Amino acid sequence: FFVKMSYNNQSPGGAGDERSADPSSGGLFNVNYKKYDDLKNMLDQNKDFLKLEAMKRIIGMIAKGKNASSLFPAVVKNVACKNIEVKKLVYVYLERYAEEQQDLALLSISTFQRGLKEQNQLIRASALRVLSSIRVPIIVPIMMLAIKDGMTDMSPFVRKTAAHAIPKLYSLDPDQKENLIEIIDKLLSDRTTLVAGSVVMAYQAVCPERVDLVHRHFRKLCNLLVDVDEWGQIAILSMLTRYARTQFTDPNQYDTGVDEEQPFYEEEEDSDESEDEKKEKKPVYIMDPDHRLLLKSSKPLLQSRNSAVVMAVAQLYYHLAPRQEVSTVAKALVRLLRSRREVQAVVLQNIASMTLMRRGIFESFLKSFYVRSTDPTHIRVLKLEVLTNLATESNISVILREFQTYVRSSDKQFVAHAIQAIARCATNITEVTDTCLAGLVSLLSNRDEAVVAESVVVIKKLLQMNPSQHCDIIKHMARLLDNIQVPMARASILWLIGEYSEFVPKIAPDVLRKAVKHFPSQQDIVKLQIINLAAKLFITNQKQTKLLAQYALQLGKYDQSYDIRDRCRFIRHLIMPSSDMGGGQIHKHAKKILLAPKPAPVLESPFKGRDAYQLGSLSHTINAEANGYQKLPDFPQVQPDPSVRTVEIMEVVSDNKRRGGKTTRSKPMKKKSFYSDEDSSESEEEGSGSSSSSSGTEDSDSDSESSISESSSQETEGPDPRVSDSDKVNRKKKSTTTVMKKASDSGSDATSDDSDSSSSDEESSSEDEKPQRKQTKKKDIINLLDLDDFSPPTVSPSKTPSNGGLLAPMLASDLQGLSLGGNVSEMSGTFNGKSYELLHRVTGGGMAAKYRYPRTPCVYSDKMISVEVEITNTGDKPINNIHMGDKKLQAGLKVHDFDVIDVLEPGATTTSTMGVDFCDTTQPLVFDLCTENRKFNVNVKIPVGELVKPAAMPQTEFMKHHGLLTGMNENKCKLNIPESNQPMISKKVQEVVNVCLVPSTQNNVYSRFAGRTAHGGSILLVSVELGEQNDSKLCVNCEKMVIGSMVFKQLKEILSK
Amino acid sequence: MIHSLFMINTHHDIFMEKHWKTAVKRSICDYFFTALEKASSPEDIPPVITTPHHYLITVYRDRLYFVSVIAKEVQPLFVIEFLHRIMDTFVEYFSECTERVIKENYVVVYELLEEMLDNGFPLATESNVLKELIKPPNILRTVVNSVTGQSNVADHLPTGQLSNVPWRRTGVKYASNEAYFDITEEVDAIIDRSGSTVFAEIHGSIDACVKLTGMPDLTLSFVNPRMLDDVSFHPCIRFKRWEAEKVLSFVPPDGNFTLCSYHIGSQGMVSIPIYVKHNVHYAGTGGKFEVSVGSRHTMGKIIEDLKISAIMPKQVTNVNLMPTQGEYSYNPVEKEVVWDVGKMAPGKPPSIKGVLSLQAGVPAPEEKPTLTVHFRIQQLAISGLRVNRLDMYSEKYKPFKGVKYITKAGKFQVRT
Repeated sequence: FFVKMSYNNQSPGGAGDERSADPSSGGLFNVNYKKYDDLKNMLDQNKDFLKLEAMKRIIGMIAKGKNASSLFPAVVKNVACKNIEVKKLVYVYLERYAEEQQDLALLSISTFQRGLKEQNQLIRASALRVLSSIRVPIIVPIMMLAIKDGMTDMSPFVRKTAAHAIPKLYSLDPDQKENLIEIIDKLLSDRTTLVAGSVVMAYQAVCPERVDLVHRHFRKLCNLLVDVDEWGQIAILSMLTRYARTQFTDPNQYDTGVDEEQPFYEEEEDSDESEDEKKEKKPVYIMDPDHRLLLKSSKPLLQSRNSAVVMAVAQLYYHLAPRQEVSTVAKALVRLLRSRREVQAVVLQNIASMTLMRRGIFESFLKSFYVRSTDPTHIRVLKLEVLTNLATESNISVILREFQTYVRSSDKQFVAHAIQAIARCATNITEVTDTCLAGLVSLLSNRDEAVVAESVVVIKKLLQMNPSQHCDIIKHMARLLDNIQVPMARASILWLIGEYSEFVPKIAPDVLRKAVKHFPSQQDIVKLQIINLAAKLFITNQKQTKLLAQYALQLGKYDQSYDIRDRCRFIRHLIMPSSDMGGGQIHKHAKKILLAPKPAPVLESPFKGRDAYQLGSLSHTINAEANGYQKLPDFPQVQPDPSVRTVEIMEVVSDNKRRGGKTTRSKPMKKKSFYSDEDSSESEEEGSGSSSSSSGTEDSDSDSESSISESSSQETEGPDPRVSDSDKVNRKKKSTTTVMKKASDSGSDATSDDSDSSSSDEESSSEDEKPQRKQTKKKDIINLLDLDDFSPPTVSPSKTPSNGGLLAPMLASDLQGLSLGGNVSEMSGTFNGKSYELLHRVTGGGMAAKYRYPRTPCVYSDKMISVEVEITNTGDKPINNIHMGDKKLQAGLKVHDFDVIDVLEPGATTTSTMGVDFCDTTQPLVFDLCTENRKFNVNVKIPVGELVKPAAMPQTEFMKHHGLLTGMNENKCKLNIPESNQPMISKKVQEVVNVCLVPSTQNNVYSRFAGRTAHGGSILLVSVELGEQNDSKLCVNCEKMVIGSMVFKQLKEILSK
Repeated sequence: MIHSLFMINTHHDIFMEKHWKTAVKRSICDYFFTALEKASSPEDIPPVITTPHHYLITVYRDRLYFVSVIAKEVQPLFVIEFLHRIMDTFVEYFSECTERVIKENYVVVYELLEEMLDNGFPLATESNVLKELIKPPNILRTVVNSVTGQSNVADHLPTGQLSNVPWRRTGVKYASNEAYFDITEEVDAIIDRSGSTVFAEIHGSIDACVKLTGMPDLTLSFVNPRMLDDVSFHPCIRFKRWEAEKVLSFVPPDGNFTLCSYHIGSQGMVSIPIYVKHNVHYAGTGGKFEVSVGSRHTMGKIIEDLKISAIMPKQVTNVNLMPTQGEYSYNPVEKEVVWDVGKMAPGKPPSIKGVLSLQAGVPAPEEKPTLTVHFRIQQLAISGLRVNRLDMYSEKYKPFKGVKYITKAGKFQVRT
């Protein structure tokens, strides 16, 4: 079928023009210059598919690296093209060439500016992106404005794009730094996980030195960390590492430092410091709680699938954690060794640095560093390095056995490194020096010259440590000189013989004799050593070697290399001063000069000193300071004021106020009353936010719903329908608010917000589109904050949550705002749920628990009802590990447990939210509330009114449902509603049952409410008709008869009271 | 961060370039080519190369080099991970990542690169989000697009991008709902000459193929979760529940993904399902080569796809072997002997034996070939890990669930 389809398609395509069904067959690689006119023609055409084809081919040229800049005028015209794919490709083109053709590029600016005002957030974002990417200095002010607008945009995606634009603007015009810092400061208060990573990257690029900006956001960032995307996590982790280095004191400062495990400790940078401290007194180090928070919140990221995240956590622990905790990162790093080859290489480099300083943490993973025959050479060498660093007296025998295998490898470069590794082990661990030496000597008989040469070089170094005991080795090496041709090895042997000729007095002159014989054919390095040997022997054994030495110096005098000629001249005057020069002074000291005792070379790791660079950084990898590398500061001696990080919840609110205030510029007068109402819901939102962030990502349902509705709202394009739409909204809103004002005094916050907006609308009703759009935009912002913002889970859920769809889909509510008069969040008043006792403190042995229904949408599932459990420890001991144990669930009941409470200190209270799906029944939930050692059987009862969730519907729909639900589904009666109750009907009703008010035209007579049951979604309608004396009517309709009648009974009771 | 990206094939042709900031001349790649000449094999190229003004970070995979140009300090792993992520995305879109498919789909490639990186910073890397933004090419869509004039590019933001579950598409619908989990364990081992295990560890991964409607919330629990003490997770997994209850609770991405991978380290005992006996020695101008394999600790499961290969020293000119089962081949250029045993039938352990001919006039080689072993065992997780149950919440339907276990040889080497 597919084949047929494609065939059918291709023939008309081929007939029409050179366009073909397969976009790629247009040929990326056969565009020639003649076709440019062709392309221009196609771009000028009116048909989108021709433009698309042309653009595709131009992109092909760019991809190939061909110059397509001559097409700029033709392309730039299409920036306003309606077809989204053409547009995107034009954007790609502009980003590439606008820099080269700045004047022409200006033509496109107005299109982007228009794009910035689009309704579709994707278009706004991409316009901002291109505008900031075209690198035309003249538009810096425009970019600045666009970023400022984007920063307050309702869509977090646009805000993210704005954050990305900051470093672009900064690189274009560094003078804007101050303004940009201001923007970064504001964006840092954004609590959306989407934005957090990007703004931290911007901070790193623009103003990494402004530590003060981070204070207020430190805890928030720590708490958000787990939910940020992986790239953001990396940026935040490295930023927080630097931050912590300036704000906290060294956790190892009072460490005794004499750790048996770590003989390398004295090399550690902070050791002097700690020595000093120790002398004064021995204070106990107490870690700052924020320091602890950072370590704690980054630890889970060791489980990330992204190696860069794991590395970022590892370096954070390495640089910040107390010594004993650093080892937690080892396992994760070792796991990375199974990863891609490039990852392995970088991780091994870092491990090599870490093992030099803190060997203990990787000791138990020794075998993971064994070399496999499939490893490429550079990985092998790094593994050798790590193995060498890990060698101790206890494991050296295992390591040496492993090294022996490596020495037989066919990779000669690797073998050379293995030999060096053996030598390093020999110098580091004195117990095995002799064994190693013996092993190396046996390598001297190896058939491979490179192996022998390398062995000679390292043996020379080893012998220097203790030459007197090894004269047989020296003899053995003297014998080797006949066969070895590798210059470095020859030079080493000659040097050894010269230096220790006293141990081999008989052989030395003979060696010199042989060496001089081949003098002219040797490499420079060997010639120099021959001259050296001659000089040394001349001093110690003049009788036998005088002539030889003179001969050697004579040969050297006429050598091609001036270096050798110089050396000869120097040596000659040193050892055989000619009488007429009278230079006997130096001659007396010749022996001291030439045969001065030379210290044995220390065989050092090439990684020594690399830890001066921050681990995981590019500079560390290349062992040089890379561009833009920022040195990791040392810990301060005295801790700076930790209170700067304390953030009151109010402060966060005021931040939002500022941000909100910007967008509601149109009516600054009203701002105060508006937001003072908002405060309560703000804190509430925090509560729900925390539960959602701590439980991960469950609120996806609401999200998806919201964006679907958003897209549908965006489909109404063009300015005209929008105007009419928003007009409608406002008209509707007006009616709603009047209903609210007259029918009830409940004073719901959102309502007053609405009344504000509608009144401001009245003021500006003559103005059209613009302010109105702002209006809707503002509303979006509020809702957006509700949805996407997270607050640190440490903030306990607020004590006074209201209902209101704070987690409710922002854009769904936006849509509702367009089509319906009111929505959930607007309609519901503040509701302070009654608490019920779950566990009495006497039965609970000091643990008391209460639960209540906060009426917030449940984040776990939309069928569940949130139950907030408040646990207080009235005892005098901390209670550990409070969690939900066995549940006796009735059929269909589902429970999402609350998070385990690790510790509850005496006197402390904590709240936790669980989700319960009651299946629209009032059957209680019975479960065991468990602590570390006890179990309490408790049950949660649900009042019937809580089974319902508010449902927004317009009056017409209400009437329709009302008409359908008659007979058994209807409960009706007349009753007497006391005068005092009449203005509070909606409050009273909402107290009993969780419904929302339906906007009504007959607002003075009817109050109507609607809701749906949480599980089945059955409709519940309540209507109250006010009348004279005994003439008021109450009517409850519900698809579920039982629920209907129960609600009815309760309502009747409360209304007639 | 990432300034530019050059894609280079094994013939040293730069066949595609992309710049996110001011274009960098392609002559910068000369430094890369110089490094490449120095390296003994493509694998041996260092991941970071320093040039006077820039740094080049390279990954090599599937016979392609991706060379990225960096101007400023950045974590090298950040770039390496990202380059691999780009390649992974190509594989997801075009089912392979080769020069041919990249050239064929250059427009999609360019659109993807544009979407994944903004000014050198990662933007959208989650494949489910990308697939909503830019539709993967397939024949049917190409046809539909050319008829209806629609494009491959979405005109509104994928919902995943804004939600807390960026990895999942919304509005997913399937006629039959299925969730399959493959638990694959690879045994890495080094066995020394005497047959004792120098080092052995298990690397496992749980690969999932989840095709479920809506927004399912899955919980996967194990009979023995304590085995997993070194795990890395897909971002969808709720870490807190793992910490508290040792169950994997997650809203899965749509389609194929790796749920988690784990590592059972050298501390724990790893049972090796196979043993290899060998005898290789050289004498004069010839040599003897003898290998036999047998199974153990396989819990009655049969070893399949058994293959043993060895790279002979370069002095070996030819081999003449006789296997009791399967067949062998010898590649005289690479000096590689491959003995394809196939399924290991119960009974007498298969063996291969014969003579090597050595080049005359050169001394006999010193090193002995290392044997690399490949095998596969179906329906067995060698670590003993077992799935207890899979539960689904927040959706009504009953999905079809399946779990499969496979044990494979990873880097399994026997030194002779």
